Amino acid sequence: MNAPVVETLASESGWQRFRKDRAAVWSGWFLVAIAAVCFLSPWISPYPYMEQNLAQSAMAPSSAHWLGTDLLGRDVLSRLLQGGMISLFVGLIATAVALVLGICYGVFAAEVGGRAEDLLMRGVDVVSTLPLTLIVILATVVFGQNLPMIFLAVGGVSWLTMARIIRNQTRELKGSQFVQAAESLGQSRWGIFRRHYLPNLAGTIAVCATLTVPGVMLLEAFVSFLGLGVKAPMTSWGLMIKEGADIMEECPWLLVSPSVVFALTLLSLNFLGDGLRDAFDPRSSRK
Amino acid sequence: MAYVLRRLLEMVPVLLVVVVATFFLAHAVPGGPFDKDRPLPAEVKARLESYYGLDQPLPKQLGNYVVNLAQGDLGPSLKYPGWTVREVIGSRIGVSCALGFVSLFIAVLIGVPVGVLAASRPNSWLDRVPMGFTLVGICVPSFVLGPILALVFALGLGWLPPCGWGEPEHFILPALTLGLITAAPLARLTRGSLMEVRSLDYVRTARAKGVPPLRVWFVHALRNALLPVVTYLGPAAAGLVSGSFVVESLFDVPGMGRLFVTAIINRDVMLILGTTIVYAAALLFLNLAADLVNAALNPKVARGR
Repeated sequence: MNAPVVETLASESGWQRFRKDRAAVWSGWFLVAIAAVCFLSPWISPYPYMEQNLAQSAMAPSSAHWLGTDLLGRDVLSRLLQGGMISLFVGLIATAVALVLGICYGVFAAEVGGRAEDLLMRGVDVVSTLPLTLIVILATVVFGQNLPMIFLAVGGVSWLTMARIIRNQTRELKGSQFVQAAESLGQSRWGIFRRHYLPNLAGTIAVCATLTVPGVMLLEAFVSFLGLGVKAPMTSWGLMIKEGADIMEECPWLLVSPSVVFALTLLSLNFLGDGLRDAFDPRSSRK
Repeated sequence: MAYVLRRLLEMVPVLLVVVVATFFLAHAVPGGPFDKDRPLPAEVKARLESYYGLDQPLPKQLGNYVVNLAQGDLGPSLKYPGWTVREVIGSRIGVSCALGFVSLFIAVLIGVPVGVLAASRPNSWLDRVPMGFTLVGICVPSFVLGPILALVFALGLGWLPPCGWGEPEHFILPALTLGLITAAPLARLTRGSLMEVRSLDYVRTARAKGVPPLRVWFVHALRNALLPVVTYLGPAAAGLVSGSFVVESLFDVPGMGRLFVTAIINRDVMLILGTTIVYAAALLFLNLAADLVNAALNPKVARGR
């Protein structure tokens, strides 16, 4: 604590800087907790998420059902956990899809260079102005609203920003002396990609990924909210919010719990992403 | 002028790609527009399909569609017999445009002043409190904020009708939902770019030569600081589009967003295509408009292109 301040900025490692960002650290732990209970839900949830009990439908929160029950008498807490599993799943896998697409496109654009690069990046600019949510909705409906297709559709439109950032970074790396040295030693492009680009891009990729997850989850929730995403009896946070909003006059608890959990998760993801960026991206200015 | 023309010409291939992509996606949607609970007699269905040209091979249909589109004809609606897609969209688009503009207005009216205020006293409560709110605003999606606003103002306090359309007061909740959601990132952006600009040399020079502080703030700093904010209005409009789907179905607003969702549910291929094209064109134009405003604000941008 009493260490001289002068040393800090240059000699601190990214993790040390990250650990000082209280909001980011707490967000990280919160996310770990949420993810743990959601992914363990098949074993720890109090009731099976699709078990209907019409005798106990639309009950307010009580000691038997901590978050109440829905119109079909299903336990809201259990559904919240199951829905969270789906939402987080979509968030992670669709981000992975976006990551792969973004890295490939960005590195490729930087590698070819010249006019082709300009054209490729201009394409990204143009596509990102289009109403992509419409396309996602259409695509999920076309491919039958099943999970793998939702992953692909959501991930397929979320890679544009990533491609832009990766391309800028790769361009800088390409001009750097160690890459030129590797080139002159005759290393293959693939080798340079694997040995030099990827390790140097890792920080950027991690930050990008963390900041892509909330957008992706939002998109899935949005599609599910419109009734065009995840199908019953499965559920996701977006679908639960929709069902809650439909009958919020009678049973507000159906709306409140998924909304709060969803908003908190997105908030934490944003905090975590910002924290990672501040800690690991030397160029981002610390406030 | 040549620049505007070039940008407009650039839109043509982009829209064409949108048309082709949407065309095949819309035709791939399982189930057809004439599938009902009780199946139509086969010959009736066949007559309907040949009437609308749906029995022709897909590439031919696409060709016809593009040729008609070039003449401004979006084709007939399959679910509203006797209506063309243009008429259906025409009857809805006013509502969505009005909603969009009012929300954008609310967003700018709240977002920019809050950002300016926060940047004027960095790290004071004037900065921290509103910025905390904007952080929440970014993470609370429209389909959470909308129901909450309805719960509070319509059902709790009873000030406003929870849903419906026609009276001016029906406008408030949907516009407020969309406006607040958009205001949050605008405020953060305004604050961030003002903070950056005000440490620049030219602002210091202006202050040093004795320009009144308010004039430095509003004339020198803000004008430059607003550039990224104006650029953001393009993506913000895209956000409003997807937000409008939610808000329109939440508050029962008869606009384009609901039209698109029902068109998908009804498998009305022509209407799906029509709405998507209108949305795409609107967004492309808005982005162009944002770029032009930017050029007007900043001579450097104007000369650079």
